[in-house]
Amino acid sequence: MGYGEKDFMPYAERRTLYKRGFHMTTDRQKMDVDVVCVGFGPATAGFLNTLTRAMQQDPAAEHFQSKVMPGMPLQVICYERADDIGFGVSGIVTEAKGIKAAFTAEELSQVPMAHPVKHEEVYYLLDPVGASRRSWVLKFVDWLFRTFGFILPWYKDHAFQLPFIPPFMAKHGGWVLSMGQFTQWLGSSLMDFGLVQVWPGMPVKEPLFDSNRVSGVRLVDQGVEKSGKPTGAFMPGMDIHAGFTVVGDGPYGPVGQSLDMKFGLPEGNHQREWALGMKAVVELPENTALEAGTVIHTFGFPEPEIFGFLYVYPQRMASLGIFVPSWLDNPMRSAYRYLQHWMQHPKLWKHLQGATLKSWGGKSLQEAGMRGEPFIVGDGFARIGEGSGSTNMLKGSGVDEAWTTGVQLAEGVIELLKEKKSFTKENLEATYLKKRRASWIEKDNRIAKKARDGFSHNFVLGMMGMGMAGFTNGLLNIPAKLKPVYKRIPSLEAYYQGKVSAEVIEKARKEANETNTSMHDALMDAAGWPEVQYDGKLLISHQDALLLGGKVQAAEGYADHVIFMDAGKCQKCRTKVCIEMCSGQAITANSDGGVPLFDREKCIHCGACFWNCAYAREEGSDLTNVDFRAGSGGLHSNIN
Amino acid sequence: MTTAFNIVVCGSLVPDPLQTLEPIQGPMGPALKNEMMLPSVLDPWAGHSLFEAANLAKQNPGSKVTLISLGPKAKLQQLMMIIAQKVPFELVCLDGSASGFMDSREVAVALAGAIEKIPGLDKTKLLVFGGCSSASRDAGTTMQMIAEQLGISDVFLSADELKVQPDGSFRILERIEGGQYQVSTCAGAPAVIGWATGNLPEPPNNPQVGMTNMRTIMPALQKAQPAALKTGAIKFASVELPKQQRQTRIVKDTPVEEIAKEIVTWIKG
Repeated sequence: MGYGEKDFMPYAERRTLYKRGFHMTTDRQKMDVDVVCVGFGPATAGFLNTLTRAMQQDPAAEHFQSKVMPGMPLQVICYERADDIGFGVSGIVTEAKGIKAAFTAEELSQVPMAHPVKHEEVYYLLDPVGASRRSWVLKFVDWLFRTFGFILPWYKDHAFQLPFIPPFMAKHGGWVLSMGQFTQWLGSSLMDFGLVQVWPGMPVKEPLFDSNRVSGVRLVDQGVEKSGKPTGAFMPGMDIHAGFTVVGDGPYGPVGQSLDMKFGLPEGNHQREWALGMKAVVELPENTALEAGTVIHTFGFPEPEIFGFLYVYPQRMASLGIFVPSWLDNPMRSAYRYLQHWMQHPKLWKHLQGATLKSWGGKSLQEAGMRGEPFIVGDGFARIGEGSGSTNMLKGSGVDEAWTTGVQLAEGVIELLKEKKSFTKENLEATYLKKRRASWIEKDNRIAKKARDGFSHNFVLGMMGMGMAGFTNGLLNIPAKLKPVYKRIPSLEAYYQGKVSAEVIEKARKEANETNTSMHDALMDAAGWPEVQYDGKLLISHQDALLLGGKVQAAEGYADHVIFMDAGKCQKCRTKVCIEMCSGQAITANSDGGVPLFDREKCIHCGACFWNCAYAREEGSDLTNVDFRAGSGGLHSNIN
Repeated sequence: MTTAFNIVVCGSLVPDPLQTLEPIQGPMGPALKNEMMLPSVLDPWAGHSLFEAANLAKQNPGSKVTLISLGPKAKLQQLMMIIAQKVPFELVCLDGSASGFMDSREVAVALAGAIEKIPGLDKTKLLVFGGCSSASRDAGTTMQMIAEQLGISDVFLSADELKVQPDGSFRILERIEGGQYQVSTCAGAPAVIGWATGNLPEPPNNPQVGMTNMRTIMPALQKAQPAALKTGAIKFASVELPKQQRQTRIVKDTPVEEIAKEIVTWIKG
């Protein structure tokens, strides 16, 4: 390993810092490793698990010897942004095709909170409060259920249970898992091997390029102010030079973003479909009728486009939540408020009344799936997991797919190491990519590719399109020309026309600015949503969810990672959907109504602001005016 | 005059702050519900003492910092991923319960025994650091009992500062009641220091330090010996959470006077 390369900082800036008493060093350390991984989620865990097991079986093999440290085994290192390896967010129900190929049922049963799927139910939820935005078609459907539902055995509690589980959604034979406990379990077993190092609390800023080859990564600077300006404790982010870089930093990770900016996306691909998944982990009441392994999916309420889930773990624990999609064209789409209304739907409330919130969190999902696929391999790098377009939105499954892409990459890497071939684009295409293209991931994702396009028109066509694609293995679908998210966001006045007056909207806007808050509560109240009566256990304030559920924290010394790129656009913006959709109330209105305020101590790194903005960054770009960079802190719960 | 010290820091894991803790009656006595599932951090008091130890070692070339941790091996392994990037140290791992319900004397005996076994330990240069109390065991007695076990008579608790003076003696600031400091001087090592918060900020994560530490930490974890803690050494008549009333608001930059007024109003009911 070598280190100590001087980094250059403008003399004037150095002089200013020196005068202020900052006797800092600007040495940017560097380190050489064989393989560097970015992000520790299920995909990277799959990669590292497969690689280390192979190394363990044959530790003396020549191909597993380090090139950067002769005489030592392959030097493999992984950097994770979150403060621990178990702080990821997802309620997982999975067929676990790939995961079961790696672990026996006995091994999986050792994962805390894991349980085989025993029972599945899917419900269409009617609107019991009358505030949901429903088309006349849905209103008619609801009227039919309310009027004639009594003759149907599947209609009860304002909900219609689908008499069968569509085969493309079924998870029977699969598992329910907690993402936090699963990754923690995987990380611990990886550490047992002692062959790789996984470092949480270390965000990666960007990839290092050597022309078009990725030659490693740069870690974020520490000891800086919110603006990024160095303080006395300044430590420039280290450069990690690697022969091979594994990019598993998710759909809005900074390394993936940089690669997309440099290489673009393959012809015809785009990432215009997103959803925010917001969830809670609860302890069900003592007398709960729900058994471990129960899986409930819902749609139809609080807005028709919002899907919900409830998965029951052992010991009366359950994971539940909603997905707020980018095609819900509501500029007031507050996921937290909607989650509370969803939990209180009679179909769910009969299970949840008396439950206690144990954890909470949120995360953006890149719902474009295969259509959002970037260049998966290139010289010196490969992408795995959700950021590589592996998520299957027809099946509602991403973890197993992510895991499997990691396994496939490891198999490809081992092959190349054995054959003493370098990690070029061509070699990675001939190994990893070839395996991936020939696997069930590719086959299933082709079926799913256009399955949800109908939602771009409306909810009813979306459901029809999903059914058509699912039942015909992708032969039929409802086509649509997908627009960037920012083009879908209407003005508040247009959205609430006929329901909330322009005067009420303006008053809410003014109050939000004056109090540095948001306006969704005022407008949802005005639109007829009942006020949430907190019970102090499950129905709690948003801030209590941050503290009691998410245990959100952020260490000092890091720069803000949410940046509003063009202040002029924020000044003009009247919807401020970034504020309303912020999962942690970390983005709030500025007193002057212009550039919103950002408090990184409340940010849960859900990435909602990355796509919830009404302005394009540049003409023709799918990116918005909000930049989401590498940052530290966030959730401190490991049962999400 | 500089002295090379053998600085031994006693510290283990506690649940990450803000976790909801529920006492339960387990088969071995009182415990926390799902304790093994809770995310952990290095006990904040022990953390301060580790940072002070590293700083002292840096100022006194030739010094060595050893962290002795008594906790479940699997959890310690995960904890090391978080703290090993902070400062250089070697690890001695004792595999056992880090629960706040363990008897502090049992813990002190186990830790003192492990200190005695450190290869090449020069007791004349020994400084034993630790938290003045613990986030999980707030009796504040463990460090004193370690001192008794090791036969060290110079014990300072609630320390915020240790300065090595030109003649090699120590000037130590200990917190006392009334927001005051007691200034003490002692001839030098050996000594036991139970740290309060110290004066040092948490160091940034340094990947190079992490890589170097891990070369010794992983073998130490693999060699971890079970700590012989007698679970029946202490009996708890009852265990309950403090009666708490929680009203959460986050308001930034509120003047202290206003906060004080609110608290007084709340106390008055």
